[in-house]
Amino acid sequence: MPPSEVKYKTSDEVDFVIIGSGAAGGVLAKELASNGFRVVVLEQGPYLKEADFVHDEVKVLQENLLTNHPELQPNTFRKTPDAKAELQRAVAYGRCVGGTSVHFTANYWRFHEIDFLERSKVGAIPGTGLADWPITYADLERYYTKVESEIGVSGLAGASPFDPPRAKPYPMPPLPVKSCGVLFERGARKLGWHPFPAPLAILSQPRAGRSACVNCGFCYGFGCEVGAKSSTLASVIPQAERTGRCEIRPNSYVHRIELDGAGRATGAVYFDEHKNTHLQKAAAVIVCANGAETPRLLLLSANKQFPNGLANSSGLVGKYLMFNSNARSVGLFEHSLNDYKGFVASRVLHDFYELDPQKVGFYGGGTLDGRFDYTPYFFALTGLPPETPRWGRSFKAALSHNFTRTMEIHCTGTSLPVEANSFSLDPELKDAWGLPALRMTYKDHPDDLKLAHWLTERALEVLDAAGAVKRWSRPINEQQFSVHLLGTCRMGSDPKASVINPDHRTHDVRNLFLCDGSSLVTSGRGQPTMTIQALAFRAADRITALARRGDLRS
Amino acid sequence: MHSRRRFLLSSFSSLSATWVATHWPGALAAAQHAHNSAQSATPPKFEFFTPELAVEADAIVARIIPTDETPGAREAGVVYFIDRALATFASDVQKVYIEGIAGVQTRVREMFPGVDKFSLATGEQQDLVLDSLEDRAASTDRPFAPRSLAPNFFETLREHTIAGFLIDPDSERRGNRDGVGWGVIGREREHTFQPPFGHYDKDYPGWQPVRKDPEK
Repeated sequence: MPPSEVKYKTSDEVDFVIIGSGAAGGVLAKELASNGFRVVVLEQGPYLKEADFVHDEVKVLQENLLTNHPELQPNTFRKTPDAKAELQRAVAYGRCVGGTSVHFTANYWRFHEIDFLERSKVGAIPGTGLADWPITYADLERYYTKVESEIGVSGLAGASPFDPPRAKPYPMPPLPVKSCGVLFERGARKLGWHPFPAPLAILSQPRAGRSACVNCGFCYGFGCEVGAKSSTLASVIPQAERTGRCEIRPNSYVHRIELDGAGRATGAVYFDEHKNTHLQKAAAVIVCANGAETPRLLLLSANKQFPNGLANSSGLVGKYLMFNSNARSVGLFEHSLNDYKGFVASRVLHDFYELDPQKVGFYGGGTLDGRFDYTPYFFALTGLPPETPRWGRSFKAALSHNFTRTMEIHCTGTSLPVEANSFSLDPELKDAWGLPALRMTYKDHPDDLKLAHWLTERALEVLDAAGAVKRWSRPINEQQFSVHLLGTCRMGSDPKASVINPDHRTHDVRNLFLCDGSSLVTSGRGQPTMTIQALAFRAADRITALARRGDLRS
Repeated sequence: MHSRRRFLLSSFSSLSATWVATHWPGALAAAQHAHNSAQSATPPKFEFFTPELAVEADAIVARIIPTDETPGAREAGVVYFIDRALATFASDVQKVYIEGIAGVQTRVREMFPGVDKFSLATGEQQDLVLDSLEDRAASTDRPFAPRSLAPNFFETLREHTIAGFLIDPDSERRGNRDGVGWGVIGREREHTFQPPFGHYDKDYPGWQPVRKDPEK
């Protein structure tokens, strides 16, 4: 079933140009094209297919087969706005059709009610811009349900007593348990906690012409060669193409949104693979370029009318960057788990989703999951106990003994929104196209680090209760690198305090919409992609309604 | 041999007929490709190393992952992996290797007067030389994580040795020859697995709900 070969001329004014084909862009493309609109998706990376998804760790992880290239697109980093930013890889994101959803871990639990209402519940937190969302969990519930059925999520409804209400069960049962899941469950239950089968955007059964997971073991960081991982590449993008109204245009690096004299967006300017410049005309522009590249594109699009960057009258484009606080503990067991087989996470617990600040001494909440996400090579580099010799006979002996006997507990939690934490344009460094490089400014809020330490203690308790013969934690440092890029064009009702409104429309430009990790107001407790996609399904409904009543061309 | 192809063929048995129908040509091409690369990997010929450098590099990697009761870097053909790496994805560190190996020889002669080359030193002497070169601070971390911008020879070679020992043996990298590295760490050669996976999940009774209200 070959995809539709629809091609638009750049001079054709299509209904929508969508920038980015990842978690959000893929969903919007499918929804809008299915609703009858003509759509061009501009993706900076290549259009790879399942046959390209090899298990070669060098090609995939070091040569960045699927991800942004630090040599072509360098980043700079600094901890605080008064420091000079130094050259350093600060972000990794998917740079291919399907975006980060091609290589992600596919942890797909829903945000809880609290994530949308934290400010009202806990009050102001000094040094942060903690705010309520302008929408609630109830507004998103049906869209979470839609993600589960249309993207393909496996899980067990009702298994976690902390789950928010849901209209329907998961469309597929959970994936088979791994030994890390059994041990996690054993330890957590001894402690009186409530582990549950990890909901994953990976097929546990064949569905919609896609294979079920074959447990190959090259999951996190890799593309799925049987289409079982529910990337937008495997799920909604083929559907978008089959409408005959959606063109996915790879190798198209958008660097400016064009405006007319009346302040309306007229299209997107991009470099093709030969660095020739084109303008794709469109009646409306939707930016889904991720929490780093979306604000960067708005800043790159500054003009006389918008000297501080497009849609930036609030001054908040790029601000309130959040990562999700995180930490890892590792356990070694007597017998072989063989956890290298299969997907990454097997069991999760949400008992600590809402911690009482009076009891723990900080604000935040988080989750634990039992997992193994090492490839053989990266296990040898980083998976052994810290005191292990790094080469020679003892190193080899430890590697040989531990690889099949190791599991991890991964802790993820809140990051508080701090205004100084941000993406901006580096004043000096340029990328390979001559554009200002992405500069990251980030320093964890002290509560985020306290949370990471607190969760790590719980993770060690689980490993002890599960009978680990040895366990340890990886050091917790201030973060200066992330793959979760959240909050940088936050949603809100007040144009002075947010970049987009609840319809994902920018407050300043009527036919410009943003939808991706940048839209989030709070960080949740980790694993944001499902919420990004629920937002994208909802945004598609809102934008369709606006377009049908002629609101985008007025 | 050709286990990549075996993966693709055997995995079809667990896949839907629809999947096979829609994906067969791509999958077949991938299998053919793996087959070709497996065959072409047989006659090793150096692309970057001179024979002299190859001998020295081989002697070093054999101390990083030594041969003992089980195969080591030497049996896994790591020196061939590194040679191809230096001709391809790691060509930016060619100079690091040339200067690094020369530096090792200097260090050997400083520490053990009369011993001319690393490859001629005893195992004990070789380990003492490598000990003096280790720089943990220059090592890498997790996938995608920031890497040191100034590559250190020993750390670079250590990473390459580990990669060459453990890389997917069916890749085009010429490492992990015959999958011996995976054999050492206990990773089965297949790329498709069925549960039970390990010791602890084999008697799992299935998900049992806990009847207990959370304390909210």
